[in-house]
Amino acid sequence: MNRRGRLREALTAYGMLLPSLVVFGVFFFYALYRLIYLGLHQQNRTGTAERFVGFSQFTEVLGGAEFRSGLWISLQYVLWTVPAGLILGVLLAVAAHRRLRGIRFFQTVFASTVATSVAVASVIFFVMLNPIVGYIGTVPFIDLADPTSAIRGVALSSVWQNLGLTFIIVLAGLQAIPEELVEAATVDGYRPVRRFFTVTLPLLSPTMLFLVVVLTVFALQAFAQVDILTQGGPAGSTETLVFKIFRLGQEPVNVSTGAVMAIGLFVVTLIVALGQFLLLNRRVHYGDR
Amino acid sequence: MATVDSVPTASGVDLGAAPRMGRPGQRAKVLRKLGAYTLLGALSLIILFPIWMTVVRALSAPIKYIDAGQPVYPIQPEWDIFARAFERGDMGRHLLISAVMTVIITAAQLITSVLAAYAFAFLRFPGRNLLFGVFIATLMLPIEVTLIPNTETIRSLGWLNTFQGLTVPFLATAIGTFLIRQGFMGVPKDLRDAARLDGFGNLAFLWRVAIPVTKPVIASFAVISFLAAWNQYLWPRTITTESSMSTVQIILRPLAAAAINELNIGTAAALIAAVPILILLIIFQRQLVRGLTAGAVKG
Repeated sequence: MNRRGRLREALTAYGMLLPSLVVFGVFFFYALYRLIYLGLHQQNRTGTAERFVGFSQFTEVLGGAEFRSGLWISLQYVLWTVPAGLILGVLLAVAAHRRLRGIRFFQTVFASTVATSVAVASVIFFVMLNPIVGYIGTVPFIDLADPTSAIRGVALSSVWQNLGLTFIIVLAGLQAIPEELVEAATVDGYRPVRRFFTVTLPLLSPTMLFLVVVLTVFALQAFAQVDILTQGGPAGSTETLVFKIFRLGQEPVNVSTGAVMAIGLFVVTLIVALGQFLLLNRRVHYGDR
Repeated sequence: MATVDSVPTASGVDLGAAPRMGRPGQRAKVLRKLGAYTLLGALSLIILFPIWMTVVRALSAPIKYIDAGQPVYPIQPEWDIFARAFERGDMGRHLLISAVMTVIITAAQLITSVLAAYAFAFLRFPGRNLLFGVFIATLMLPIEVTLIPNTETIRSLGWLNTFQGLTVPFLATAIGTFLIRQGFMGVPKDLRDAARLDGFGNLAFLWRVAIPVTKPVIASFAVISFLAAWNQYLWPRTITTESSMSTVQIILRPLAAAAINELNIGTAAALIAAVPILILLIIFQRQLVRGLTAGAVKG
């Protein structure tokens, strides 16, 4: 190709990338710059003036009680949603992965929570967990009125809402497993439970790794559940990091604190997701591809 | 909702199955089937019970329902509750706002993603790897992290409580670019050469070859983009400071939290909000499943 042709090709490419780059430039990269800028400056009480304070604000906020409590609550949220959601999702998928009359009906039911938004799911559990009209509103383990258990009540709505997605992805993973392998194990006299743990689960491990990371990121970003079910209460016991960032962002004097926490959330998400990937990836069986 | 393209044998992955080899007896077969249906039925309850109870709560006036000892079926069902909730929540307006916002975001994401994907898949230009890295980097910055500065930007543009504010930050997405680029890379080289010989320019090739060939991928992305936009919560909650511009997701909280004796209004509103998307997903379930599993089962 001649030089003019190459120039034209490059210009065409830049033209095609431009719309995306404009959006990314303003709402990702300028936003990132502003986050760091806000972190380095302190706002006055009305948010009308600011002064440079350097990294002191980072150490102050990220080492402070508020961030640590938010981080702890967010991590608890991960612990209460990810394993339970994963186990239930696998159970649903394994149960629905068979040839049976009417199995499509059950598969549709199991997948159906993908149609509920997080707000709709939260309203559903707002009623389920209501102490007066809810059936599980007075169960101690998930009592929304008790600061020691409220986070689990909120987590319950997440687990339920994510089941559809988890089910769809695990079922697709199961369907991708070559039948011969499972049949060979059956011929070798493996009982179903052993067959599941020694043949199916290892072959499913790439799917599981993907789900662990995705569900963890979802949990670290949970907001609507908290906003609808508890408003962060009782006594701040369900104020996840994102809820704190949202709340601080509404108060002009605390915008900088919120910005530093957002950077903290970014770093935590990166560390947790990367850590899970590195830790679990060694145990993942990718087949011979 | 999931498709069963490759139906496994009954002995596939079957925890409840008897481990017998060869052909099981007729009796064992019936028992196994019964066991399977019992298990599936019990698991369905986990999903369906909360939904059923929401319907019951919507149909029953809370006072009558509590007086009756909170049964699992509706008490003196009031079928007009949906009409009342619709009017009370001004839901026509908020559903319309959600619909307009979602259509703008989905349409824009399709256009920007197809264009960017085309550049990355078919064109050569200086800085290609760097710009690809820029796209990847955006995936690390979800709206939860950029919430505060982006709200600041929208406010300084005077876009609080407007459609611009609701949509502009989401008019482009790296996920769409990657998915569609992946599809474009699968376009056979023969097709490209043939198109070039026929004198197709880039736009003609994009419009008449690349897009038609990758239609399934583009459709899958359109469905997950639509779903994500419709279900958004944190961003519209933050930048619609006046409830008159709230999306339907955002009005559910004040409706549900209003008062215990109006709980039927809130639950009916939640059901109304869920119906349009449920219908769409039933129509487009194939695309949805393909879109959701795109990243998961590559191996």
